[in-house]
Amino acid sequence: MVAGNADIIRLNGAEKHFGAVRALGGVDFHVGPGECVGLVGHNGAGKSTLMHMVAGTLVPDSGQIGVHGGIEDNYSVSRAQQLGIRCVFQELSLCPNLSVAENTRINHASLRGFGWRRKAAELIAAKLDEIFPGHSISASDIVGDLSIGRRQMVEVARAFTVTQDRLDLVILDEPTSSLDAHTAGQLLAFVRRFVAGGKSCILISHVLGEVLRNADRIVVMRDGKVVVADAAGAFDRDRLVTAMGGAEARQKIAAQVADAKPGASALRVRARPAVQKDGTDLVARAGEIIGLAGLAGHGQTDLLLAIFAAASRARAGIEVTAPVALVAGDRQSDGIFPQWSIVQNIGIRSLARLRNGLLISPQREAELAAVWQKKIGIRTPDMNNNIFSLSGGNQQKALFARALGSDAQIVLMDDPMRGVDIGTKLEVYDLVQEEARRGRTFLWYTTETEELDNCDHIYVFKNGRIVANLGRDELTEEKIIQSSFGDAA
Amino acid sequence: MRPEMTAASLDTTARSSAERGALARARLLRGLLPALSLALVLLAIAWLNPRAISYFGFSLMLNLAIPIALATIAQMFVIAGNELDLSIGTFVGFVGCVTATWLKDAPLIGVAILLGSIGVYALLGALIHLRNLPSIVVTLGMSFVWQGLAILVLPKPGGKAPDWLLAFMAFKPPFVPFPIIAALLIGLIVHFGLMRTSYGVILRGSGGNPAALGRAGWSLLKTKIVLFALAGLFGVLSGMALIGITTSADANIGNGYTLLAIAGVILGGGEFVGGRVSPIGAVIGALTLALAASPLLTFMHIPPDWQVAANGAILIIVLAARVLISRRER
Repeated sequence: MVAGNADIIRLNGAEKHFGAVRALGGVDFHVGPGECVGLVGHNGAGKSTLMHMVAGTLVPDSGQIGVHGGIEDNYSVSRAQQLGIRCVFQELSLCPNLSVAENTRINHASLRGFGWRRKAAELIAAKLDEIFPGHSISASDIVGDLSIGRRQMVEVARAFTVTQDRLDLVILDEPTSSLDAHTAGQLLAFVRRFVAGGKSCILISHVLGEVLRNADRIVVMRDGKVVVADAAGAFDRDRLVTAMGGAEARQKIAAQVADAKPGASALRVRARPAVQKDGTDLVARAGEIIGLAGLAGHGQTDLLLAIFAAASRARAGIEVTAPVALVAGDRQSDGIFPQWSIVQNIGIRSLARLRNGLLISPQREAELAAVWQKKIGIRTPDMNNNIFSLSGGNQQKALFARALGSDAQIVLMDDPMRGVDIGTKLEVYDLVQEEARRGRTFLWYTTETEELDNCDHIYVFKNGRIVANLGRDELTEEKIIQSSFGDAA
Repeated sequence: MRPEMTAASLDTTARSSAERGALARARLLRGLLPALSLALVLLAIAWLNPRAISYFGFSLMLNLAIPIALATIAQMFVIAGNELDLSIGTFVGFVGCVTATWLKDAPLIGVAILLGSIGVYALLGALIHLRNLPSIVVTLGMSFVWQGLAILVLPKPGGKAPDWLLAFMAFKPPFVPFPIIAALLIGLIVHFGLMRTSYGVILRGSGGNPAALGRAGWSLLKTKIVLFALAGLFGVLSGMALIGITTSADANIGNGYTLLAIAGVILGGGEFVGGRVSPIGAVIGALTLALAASPLLTFMHIPPDWQVAANGAILIIVLAARVLISRRER
């Protein structure tokens, strides 16, 4: 029962689970002709999942998709293309080994036969001229040679090219993230012309001003649900931010711990991101827990890795005064040695201390592991089992044991709690607090705002730079969202 | 737009077009590298033995280059899809054995076997895609299968090539030696098919960014099957050409071709991942390896035992030159 026959697309009760994680929990969403719908929400709010469904790259677990008034039972990418729905994905989907014209051919099955190269070149060149006048991209350029901004321009222009299939709706997922202000303005102006011509757009952007100025209707998502949907005129910045973050002020977990801290202890880390233009430094002292916040992938991990590298070889702009250990976020690829036992996985950071002559002493290795098994609560019948015998949360605990069992006075945490159950999380939070009281320094990058409650000081990152520097008492979720979504680039 | 913003963006435009000019020059240089290395080897031969640079000399020196070039093209199709074929050498040997026995004695059965073996290659492509298996493992296993089949077909060296094949490979065109014409034809035909046709773009795209291709609605299963079937087809052509030259077969005759073919693709400017391959470069790479292997060494009075080492040395030198050029790009 797809209502509203005029709608280009309508999703009713769309649900999607990835394993135990619910990405979308019963979302209703629709786009009418001649409107630009703005879609906003924090990382992991479900925007991308929803858009993948609209584009046909993901199939909902339950719920209904209707296009142009008819219900689609076997909706797919090629069906979406036939029905005139295109998507510009956030990750670039161009082939770097092909030319601009050849990449255009990939999206148009009808560009074939004699003279297809010329037709493809003319098609994409005309669209680039229309959207980005003065773009200086040639159809014969190899995409791999273009700058990231130009690639994005090609990708956007390609989505708007038309051959035999119709074109009604284009999804733009962060279309301006790699564009400078000039080209971003050109694109948004084109979007307005496109919409004025009776076609539709979905605009996803972390620059709230862009959405407020260009969308006709704004849909706000949070935790896999649509929380508000209203005409763009009914929103202002504050209402958007409030809707995205949840207005209710939360209880601070461990405010009392902070008060007990001495004012100024020994400096452990002073670091400046490579692209920081003003003189802002990240400063961490002994016994402090420093939070690195902001949207995912805005330079937090890069800075942690730079600090880690600076501990062994001096680097400009980074000062590190004690041994460092890193708890990796992606434990499968960066953290765990899959063939090794739990004991060996814990001991690898402390080999110098575990040595007996030239060889590693299995006894000392086992002792170290036993101490931390007890302290951190790794649940296993035998620490000599393979690391994969542990559950995900316990694997992560083993990685914490590796870092905390070492001589490192500075522990870098690269969003280590991804996909860890709440029980393990609380245990680790306590442990971190305890170790900090003993004088260890923690630099903690997290994408979960609640975890920042454990921190004494928070630096918010945007585009590789520190944009805000908040003390614990100033910390609210709204403040973090405000700074990470700030329009000033 | 504010005036200073426009000025700034014009400035970056000018700068980046200069950058792209430099990139294009570096790409041209890298594209010419295979031809340069071939020219160097030819110069060395001409200097050591001027009489070799003649119609007869080239016919002799490049005789075995045709099967190597065909096997290299076969490998190139596989590499274009980000895979590697470790079985092409023993496959060429198997095809050789079939050509020297069944194809001569019972042509229909021979043709059926060869077509069937191309079908097996296509199925391997499907298997590798569907089960997400590493192609190195699958083709390594298949190399033993082909070798075993070759021994079953021809337990000891012998057999005889069909007369029409012998006549074809012995063709002596006026002025230009046959191997050079054949190499040119192979290079140009494959270049047209892979680099100029609209489906060739899809095949190369499947190596460049498979996810993007899938999102655009193309079947990655089909591209993989087509690439592997093409590898099988050129493997068959390679085996037949080889037997047309040697006139009889041996189950081990193609074993060295696996590494020669990989080396030829890389020497010709191809890369192991990313769908960056060049058919003409691959043919030139095969010619370079064929020339450098035996004629050059013979003229330098170096024993043939050093053949493989010499090929390795050429490969290292050319790859080092390519790295130097790429470094200058940045």
